[in-house]
Amino acid sequence: MAAGEELTLSSHIQHHLTNAKMCTVDGSVAFNKACSEAGFWTWHIDTLAWSIGLGLLFILLFRSAAKKATTGVPGKFQCFVEMVIEFVAANVKDTYHGKSKLIAPLALTIFVWIFLMNLMDLVPVDFLPAFAGWVGATFFGMDSHDVYMKIVPTTDINMTAALALGVFLLMIGYSIRIKGVVGFIKELTLHPFSTKNVPLQIVLIPFNLLLELIALVAKPFSLALRLFGNLYAGEMIFILIGAIGLLQLPLHFVWAVFHILVIVLQAFVFMMLTIVYLSMASSDNH
Amino acid sequence: MNLNATLIGELIAFVVFVLFCMKFVWPPLSNAIEARQKKIADGLTASDRAEKDLALAQDKAKDQLKDAKAQAAEIIEQAKKREAKMLDEAVAKASAERDNILAQAKTEIEAERNRLREDLRKQVAALAVAGAEKILQRSIDEAAHADILEKLVQEL
Repeated sequence: MAAGEELTLSSHIQHHLTNAKMCTVDGSVAFNKACSEAGFWTWHIDTLAWSIGLGLLFILLFRSAAKKATTGVPGKFQCFVEMVIEFVAANVKDTYHGKSKLIAPLALTIFVWIFLMNLMDLVPVDFLPAFAGWVGATFFGMDSHDVYMKIVPTTDINMTAALALGVFLLMIGYSIRIKGVVGFIKELTLHPFSTKNVPLQIVLIPFNLLLELIALVAKPFSLALRLFGNLYAGEMIFILIGAIGLLQLPLHFVWAVFHILVIVLQAFVFMMLTIVYLSMASSDNH
Repeated sequence: MNLNATLIGELIAFVVFVLFCMKFVWPPLSNAIEARQKKIADGLTASDRAEKDLALAQDKAKDQLKDAKAQAAEIIEQAKKREAKMLDEAVAKASAERDNILAQAKTEIEAERNRLREDLRKQVAALAVAGAEKILQRSIDEAAHADILEKLVQEL
């Protein structure tokens, strides 16, 4: 951070909570503050880079284990990977009773990917942003205050919303595949108020549709906001602790230890709810 | 914090990761786990069977050992019996032989004694005749007194 400049606490926090942005302005690539008017077509390059990087880490690690997978005596790494796989497979088996080749790998990807992204929360909050600021100032001649680096992708609502949207699309896809389009529409319109009286049922359809649509849409919203809220709040506490001087060390330790629980739990909850929602979408009886 | 194009980018990344995981990560690992589970299950069954086989074999061996012991005892018993019998026979045979030899020796001794006595008697008779001859000096005709001499010999 540039010397001689007054740093208020709120600007420090604001700096930590701002993503690095990239967009095109008048046909040329622009970054950060220049993107304030870019609207939807703004890319959070730090979120993208960290999340895709961590996703690749997951894919490559597990792929290397899969390539070397032996049915004989497994190595330590293969043991670890198989432990994760069996944990996920057991949860899928308990909850999802249909047959699907997608659910288990989907759950595995969600669990490990979200876990890795959440894990970035345990990197001390100033390390990487300060490093990025130094790199920006030293090699690119930027003002280090104008270099943003948010290293926990799950504290970006775009990340969690993308995951929830993917799950939501799968829910609709599974509903239609198992029950057919008509069955899906029936499920949305004939419940929870159903009667054998046909005219009355027609009157009830709008209410049913409203309730069912809200119930349906609430699922991805709750998925996205739960993960985002938990991690955002945790990150915020880390930033606040990081701003109070020497006393931060014991506080940081305590909060980090507690946060380990949050990190694993939120990854697990997202995975479990994904399985539950897809199981509900696949089951015929409402 | 607003939603923006990042959402689309992350959605695409999500789909790609899930598809890759579904195609290249999950099946080999899952298959490996299942294959190993089957292997272990087979191994356990085999070990159970082997254990049973072992118990069976041990029983069999025990039975055979018992049979063999019984047989050996029988053979020893027979051998002892035969030994006793042979010993008895040998003793009987030897004692018969001894009796035989003794009897033969006695007969021979008897015969020898008889022969020797006969010889002795003849020689005594001759000596007596010779003595008488000396005493009587021709008074005795050998031919005339042969009956007396004969009588004398008989008496000796």
